[in-house]
Amino acid sequence: MAVKTVREAISEALWEEMERDEKVFILGEEVGVWGGTYAVTKGFYDHFGEKRVRDTPIAEAAIVGAGIGAALTGLRPVAELMTINFAFVAMDHIVNEAPKLHYMFGGQMSVPLVIRTVSGGGRQLGATHSQTPDVIFAHFPGLKVVAPATPADSKGLLKSAIRSEDPILFIENVTLYQTRGEVPDGEHLVPIGKSKVQRQGSDVTVVTYSKMLNVSLNAAEELAKDGIQAEVVDLRTLRPLDMEPVIESFVKTNRVVIVEEGWRSYGVGAEVAARLYEEAFDYIDAPIKRVAQAEVPLPYNRNLEQLAIPQVSSVVEAVQDVL
Amino acid sequence: MKKQEYLDLYHQMVLIRRLEECAAELYQQDKIGGFLHLYIGQEAVSTGLISARQPQDRVITAYRDHGVAINTGIGAKEVIAELLGKATGTSKGKGGSMHMADVEKNFWGGHAIVGAHLPLAAGMALGDQYMGSDAATICMFGDGATNIGFFHEALNLSKVWNLPVLWVVENNQYGMGTSVARASAVGEIRQKADGYSIPNAIADGMDVLSVRKAAVKALKHVRSGKGPFFLEFTTYRYRGHSMGDPERYREKEEIAQWEQTDPIGIYQRYLIAEKIATRAELEEIEMQAEAEIMEAVEFAETSPEPAPEELYTDVYVQAG
Ligand SMILES: Cc1ncc(C[n+]2csc(CCOP(=O)(O)OP(=O)(O)O)c2C)c(N)n1
Ligand SMILES: [Mg+2]
Repeated sequence: MAVKTVREAISEALWEEMERDEKVFILGEEVGVWGGTYAVTKGFYDHFGEKRVRDTPIAEAAIVGAGIGAALTGLRPVAELMTINFAFVAMDHIVNEAPKLHYMFGGQMSVPLVIRTVSGGGRQLGATHSQTPDVIFAHFPGLKVVAPATPADSKGLLKSAIRSEDPILFIENVTLYQTRGEVPDGEHLVPIGKSKVQRQGSDVTVVTYSKMLNVSLNAAEELAKDGIQAEVVDLRTLRPLDMEPVIESFVKTNRVVIVEEGWRSYGVGAEVAARLYEEAFDYIDAPIKRVAQAEVPLPYNRNLEQLAIPQVSSVVEAVQDVL
Repeated sequence: MKKQEYLDLYHQMVLIRRLEECAAELYQQDKIGGFLHLYIGQEAVSTGLISARQPQDRVITAYRDHGVAINTGIGAKEVIAELLGKATGTSKGKGGSMHMADVEKNFWGGHAIVGAHLPLAAGMALGDQYMGSDAATICMFGDGATNIGFFHEALNLSKVWNLPVLWVVENNQYGMGTSVARASAVGEIRQKADGYSIPNAIADGMDVLSVRKAAVKALKHVRSGKGPFFLEFTTYRYRGHSMGDPERYREKEEIAQWEQTDPIGIYQRYLIAEKIATRAELEEIEMQAEAEIMEAVEFAETSPEPAPEELYTDVYVQAG
């Protein structure tokens, strides 16, 4: 085990998979000469060359679309969208082409494509550049949506995604790149579609993913000072959603708070709550609580933006409410 | 042109240069957050261009918008206040560097999704055409934006509907770190307009008078009901794409080469050589611009933060 940042872990996963399989290549804006907008692919262009690390024009539909086409021929493209806010420009290809082809043509075609992108707010980038619309993409059967939080999961899930035969949207978070944690040495794969308990506790279940895992873990530490033990479950994959560890925990605690960075309406909280009603109704002892972003386009002003995004205190308060 | 008009162009360019230098400092002091894209090197483009517009003409641009905002008549005060996220800013502190607008000045914004404002410009031109107005819509964008679908859809539509829109590409040679040669199928961006049968021209974007001349001609075409026109200005940004750009994609010598044709420098030499203004007169303008910026910073720093309730205002015109 070695301690690494999320950035290093993702970079390593990409590097190792490119070394392992010549069919893996990267395409996207500023992935090459620049070294990646968030420095994830720094050094790749010099090592792998321009054939395998392809700078594209600013043309998201073409990035994803060409990624799909290349995947159809048997290549294993990793298409990078600079941020998830630009994924809307490529929406047709992400939700209406990639997830449909295998099914619609009766299983003849497959799209082993990974779309890497970066989600999240909190950096004063204004309404168009600060969104956490992850859940939108999880609406579409045929597309898998992965959104890890820890360095180990980031590495293991990205490697699994690259080896997967299905299209995968791999969502990173802009404020997580510096997060440190232990990453197993050598071949490290984490299965897609498996939630994980990241902190054990018996009083309340906190369900979350991505950046809000850190916020929730910090909240759990705060609560522990008052003798409240929160169990924190990290979904890691939004589709297919693995409810098993969530339900297992909930059966024990009978109380749940769901924490996400994006907007509340029709969100991850709504989905998880509905599943608990459907699958664990008998265990509900308190109203289910959601912590999410204020329902406004994010403002530029620092104070206003922070007010809109869930904080440690928001999670602590929500937990106190359900106890 | 009257003498004062020549001097005004100089004033605008110097004011923008000072404003941008000041913004870089405020960013380093952590008073500005988010992305900050400076216009240093490109001042002549929007200065010459917008000096040729009539008040009814609309202006819309991308996120590199501070200079454009100033040229549409927005005060340095409101621009800097927006950069600091203050309630007195152009967008009440909600937009930031990339999202400034003042509809009363017919400035319809800085838009941060590359190319997304081009179809909007076509629609505004449609609005004016529909209502029988003689206004033109001036739509500015970068070279990088001409590779995205929005650009092609909007140009095509503008020609098919004969819309009064002036398309203006600021070709500063790069979209982030990717040179035009590496991203665009054609070296001269205006060739893309040929593909849609849109008349076009190219001019030196470092020379404010060339810009102005080209703009006057192009706007005349657009206003006379002949449909869209496309202008390409060759220019260069001296600073990084945004603050914190490692600039691995270009050599120092290249920047130095372009600095020889600094738009402010060449215009200053021109004004003196042609005896339009004396050095003393220009220095006076420079001092005045400096004072304007100092005053604007003072204004912005002492302006209030938006109230917390502002988080929930402006989501809808009709809430509930
Ligand atoms: C759809 C979309 N993709 C990517 C980006 C990120 N991005 C912001 S500016 C930029 C480069 C644009 O270059 P250009 O159009 O030449 O304008 P310049 O910055 O040179 O003024 C990129 C890739 C974005 N804002 N929107
Ligand atoms: Mg450019």
